[in-house]
Amino acid sequence: MSDWQVKYKSTVKDRGARGILKLREGMLLFVPNDPNSDSKLKVLTPNIKSQKYTKEGSNKPPWLNLTNKQARSHIFEFENYQDMHACRALITKALAKCEEEPNKPAAVLTSAEQLSIADLELRFKVLRENSELQRLHKEFVETKVLTEDEFWATRKKLLGKDSIRKSKQQVGLKSMMVSGIKPSTDGRTNRVTFNLTSEIIFQIFAEKPAVRQAFINYVPSKMTEKDFWTKYFRAEYLYSTKNTAVAAAEAAEDEELAVFLKPDEILAQEARQKIRRVDPTLDMEADQGDDYTHLMDHGIQRDGTMDVVEPQNGQFRRSLLQDLNRHAAVVLEGRNIDVDSEDTRSVAEALARVKQVSKADGETTKDANQERLARMSRVAEMEDLQAPQNFPLAPLSIKDPRDYFESQQGNVVNEPRGAGTLKRNVHEAYGSLKESILEIRTKGLSDPLIKPEVAFEVFRSLTQTISTAKNIIGKNPRESFLDRLPKSTRDEVLHHWTSIQELLKHFWSSYPITTTYLHTKAGKLKDAMSNSYSQLEAMKESVQSELRHQLSLLVRPMQQALDAAFQHYDADLQRRAAKSARGSAGEANGSV
Amino acid sequence: MIFKIEDVTVYFPYDNIYPEQYEYMVELKRALDAKGHCLLEMPTGTGKTIALLSLITSYRLSRPDSPIKLVYCTRTVHEMEKTLGELKILHDYQLTHLGAQAKILALGLSSRKNLCVNSKVLAAENRDSVDAACRKRTASWVRALAAENPNVQLCDYFESYEKAADNALLPPGVYTLEDLRAFGKNRGWCPYFLARHMVQFANVIVYSYQYLLDPKVAGIISKELQKESVIVFDEAHNIDNVCIEALSVSVRRVTLEGANRNLNKIRQEIDRFKATDAGRLRAEYNRLIEGLALRGDLSGTDQWLANPALPNDILKEAVPGNIRRAEHFVHVLRRLLQYLGGRLDTENVEKESPVSFVSSLNSQAGIEQKTLKFCYDRLHSLMMTLEITDTDEFLPIQTVCDFATLVGTYARGFSIIIEPYDERMPHIPDPILQLSCHDASLAIKPVFDRFQSVVITSGTLSPIDLYPRLLSFNPVVSRSFKMSMTRDCICPMVLTRGSDQLPVSTKFDMRSDPGVVRNYGKLLVEMVSVVPDGVVCFFVSYSYMDGIIATWNETGILKEITQQKLVFFETQDVVETTLALDNYRRACDCGRGAVFFSVARGKVAEGIDFDRHYGRLVVMFGVPFQYTLSKILLARLEYLRDTFQIKEGDFLTFDALRQAAQCVGRVIRSKADYGMMIFADKRYSRHDKRSKLPGWILSHLRDAHLNLSTDMAIHIAREFLRKMAQPYDKTGTMGRKTLLTQEDLEKMAETGVQDMVY
Repeated sequence: MSDWQVKYKSTVKDRGARGILKLREGMLLFVPNDPNSDSKLKVLTPNIKSQKYTKEGSNKPPWLNLTNKQARSHIFEFENYQDMHACRALITKALAKCEEEPNKPAAVLTSAEQLSIADLELRFKVLRENSELQRLHKEFVETKVLTEDEFWATRKKLLGKDSIRKSKQQVGLKSMMVSGIKPSTDGRTNRVTFNLTSEIIFQIFAEKPAVRQAFINYVPSKMTEKDFWTKYFRAEYLYSTKNTAVAAAEAAEDEELAVFLKPDEILAQEARQKIRRVDPTLDMEADQGDDYTHLMDHGIQRDGTMDVVEPQNGQFRRSLLQDLNRHAAVVLEGRNIDVDSEDTRSVAEALARVKQVSKADGETTKDANQERLARMSRVAEMEDLQAPQNFPLAPLSIKDPRDYFESQQGNVVNEPRGAGTLKRNVHEAYGSLKESILEIRTKGLSDPLIKPEVAFEVFRSLTQTISTAKNIIGKNPRESFLDRLPKSTRDEVLHHWTSIQELLKHFWSSYPITTTYLHTKAGKLKDAMSNSYSQLEAMKESVQSELRHQLSLLVRPMQQALDAAFQHYDADLQRRAAKSARGSAGEANGSV
Repeated sequence: MIFKIEDVTVYFPYDNIYPEQYEYMVELKRALDAKGHCLLEMPTGTGKTIALLSLITSYRLSRPDSPIKLVYCTRTVHEMEKTLGELKILHDYQLTHLGAQAKILALGLSSRKNLCVNSKVLAAENRDSVDAACRKRTASWVRALAAENPNVQLCDYFESYEKAADNALLPPGVYTLEDLRAFGKNRGWCPYFLARHMVQFANVIVYSYQYLLDPKVAGIISKELQKESVIVFDEAHNIDNVCIEALSVSVRRVTLEGANRNLNKIRQEIDRFKATDAGRLRAEYNRLIEGLALRGDLSGTDQWLANPALPNDILKEAVPGNIRRAEHFVHVLRRLLQYLGGRLDTENVEKESPVSFVSSLNSQAGIEQKTLKFCYDRLHSLMMTLEITDTDEFLPIQTVCDFATLVGTYARGFSIIIEPYDERMPHIPDPILQLSCHDASLAIKPVFDRFQSVVITSGTLSPIDLYPRLLSFNPVVSRSFKMSMTRDCICPMVLTRGSDQLPVSTKFDMRSDPGVVRNYGKLLVEMVSVVPDGVVCFFVSYSYMDGIIATWNETGILKEITQQKLVFFETQDVVETTLALDNYRRACDCGRGAVFFSVARGKVAEGIDFDRHYGRLVVMFGVPFQYTLSKILLARLEYLRDTFQIKEGDFLTFDALRQAAQCVGRVIRSKADYGMMIFADKRYSRHDKRSKLPGWILSHLRDAHLNLSTDMAIHIAREFLRKMAQPYDKTGTMGRKTLLTQEDLEKMAETGVQDMVY
């Protein structure tokens, strides 16, 4: 992966040893330059608990401080900040990766500690919401048949946060205005202090391209960054006093200050560009271009319909409303650069680059025009006078498929349908799917891949088949018999069913047994299953005699499934025993 | 669907139709049959435009022997585009059912600024400089010069259009401005002149009001429309204002200064011509003696804005002798400017009738009424002779000549008002001399006289009997339609008190009260947390909006609002406002939505739709009364009282309420849409104000919603939004049909309309 020249210190006061820091799959290696040094170090990434680093601009050297699980800290001094940030980013990524795979052997051991509080809370929440799951959890995890992780490993989806973790989400901008930041005063002197954060600087640059440009031009060649901002806030202060005369006077004296006070040329240019791409149904500029009634001094000027604007002192006015508009536009655009830097200049440059690119896009855009026209014709139509044209598509998010099919069941029951027609429909539906696949073969992919109607039909008949099947089973005497059972027995049967399912799932998933860990797990599971088996037997006996036959019918498939598992377990055990016997025999032979 | 209304087969491009659309068509057809004018009020969101278009085009198809032409006037360019968009859908539908015989030519017409495709010309800043830049490349003398001098720049698009001559035609179809530009670019023909040329062949023309109402523009564009045209004014609730604006001019100090500069330039040009080409000036003089103010055969490119006076009032006689010579004319203009300058020096507000103004002008500056009347024509002729192309530079002198022509032509219905400063800012001297027209019927009269059917329609024409009086015409049909609601999809409320139970109002003595400002702010803060997607706010004026937003910014209310939604504003800069609107829509398309702050009577209120998720709530802060101390308004009110017996108070309330209704009416577009409207002012609860709202809003205004405080309004909003989010039956329930199918219509044809619909 990557190597850096660093100095390693075990404590802050340590003088440190020079060497190379290497980031390898799953671990950090430090190899000192002096081969005699004993400071060689190996840190497993999953063991890293936290990382701290010095801020740029503070007068400390670029230090990265990693703390491991044992609360020992390792300090690396980098040559420059860039290296440190690069390394930090990689470590963060590696950390995120191993958090994603809690089943990795290394992680399993410490997984309980590794779980963040948020994860635990999420698990609790899921358990609270699903009583069935809670019962299973109680039964197996608390009795140590399954470990916490094993239990959850099969239910990753419920925790459903994979997607959030994987992609680094860009943080948007605050919708509040920053230009209104109030200075703090100490109350005694006339000094005011502005606190600038990189967030604020970003917004100022995004909202005022002229300031951005000025920064690129002046800093650091003409003035320091501090002077620059001082000047900027001086200009802002002049605005806030609304005394345009003073502003004009100061601007005349100070050319750099004037940059902040003058209307933003770059903005005006951008506006001219954008206006060409605006939706024609709200293009009021075109309107003005068509209005000969209000030719210079024509029309009615002062009848009180429109109020007059205060006479403007030309260029040194800027209204709050304009600022607000500009701000909202920037927020809407979002953070379009991926510079997570503290360096003001690089932010400014990145922003300037982005603007250039979007400008180039704007000039060559034919699609945008097309889209504009398409939008127009959509707007022109009256939606409710015609039949809906296409099915609205929304991504399905089904946590538990059972819920979905059960909800569909009602629909099917309402639609009286013979099995024959159903069958034919399924065939038809699949037929049309097949057709469209053929079509794709001949014509190649098109957009959309599969016609929504076809997809919808296939999907619907699938649903119906499944839920009808369930419904038909529901109509079986066996199922209705379930209703005749006393409530406690019924609940018990159902519970056994789910718990046996859970056990079986884990049991089968631990084959083939390759490690001792799996071996003990299978053993534990087998014990739990035989436990359930005997419980089933007991239940059969305890129930009233007239129900016993039916109940045994009901229980039989469960027992059969368990029997199969037992059989497999025993067979496997025998095979392993034979193998190990052979193995030891061979060993014995060898040693002789 | 295809159905019959009496003897006309109507092609309607949708599977269903609203009952009111059907009725609207029936009434419209009667008006067309009677060859008379009509006045139709139908709520927004009921598909007025498509009903109108499909009836008139179907009517045309049913009478192949006497084809009528449809001239559809919209107030704004974007409405024009929308109308053409709907017409496209209709046209496609008719083509599929009727084939080639349904082919029509429909096009939108706009200025060079919106149609030009020459990138060099388009680079010009504003409309006037685009016009001038075009003229510089296309004027007949420039092109003549170019024949000798290859260095003269011409416009390739125009040249190839000229070369194609009569073959330069648009094939049938529906052309939006965008389509025209694309077509022009493709063929290499100038879309502007092509469109202007095609106007005489087109079956449907869509353009803005002023192309018919403003003589300056109508004189060159709409001269040749035949009598058998149907003229439609859509969104016509403000038509009276458009009419009076078309005939009003004012003069300021800057105008006079500019005009003086123009005269100097003209003077120089005259001298130059005298030295080099004296024959030309002499030829002009001779032409003027013969009585032709203008050469009759002006090529399209030489045309400038036409005479500001109405066509019937323009004298067709020789230009008076004292201004025939170019120098003399310049002298007269100088005297006129001097006189006007003197009048502007006044310390007091002066109001005068045109008659007395003209007579004092005559006695003090020696300029006769007839001379004044010919000012425009004489200037135009002179500029042609001098071959001036940069017309944008000469706007000030044009303004002055327009003023002179109008003041010389009209003795009644106008007044001259001179104000040394704006009433509301007495500390800033800004003298202005205004010739303002009070009589809306003047400008529209030629339209009523010339064309057989004029349709005036809008969502808000209440009270409907007032419009015929204001415009002095006799409609053969005058009707106001109700809205048949599938569900109560609009929810108007009158909010009279804030959350602290104190009254809110923008009445003059209350509007700057911090309590009112705070209560308005709190209302919005609460509402944005309840309402999804878009919220639109209207204020009574820019200055009020400025003030209230500044206060909200200081007190942190704005911050609270921005925590829920983004905020966008209408400003007086059109470009900025357009971009803000575009951003607003994008913010509503994704995320938590936005708030748009706008101004009643502003450009946004006039023509932008906030339908569907672009507007779930409109808040009208205050009653948008006009500034009642305005001298022009007072003069107009006086005129209305004396001439039409309309009381001042009545007119003011009518005007304010139509603006308010206009603002809130923009939220719904169809019956599937829904929206809330809050009238936040205690004055709305009074019957005399409220009753002026259009019927379709009033019918949804429940008594319980007439006197609300903020907390109650929030509660109602919650309930309403929850109710609207439920699925519903589109075709209507409880025996009321709100969506008719083909079958329903056929049944209706047998049994008669009325008992079916309501």
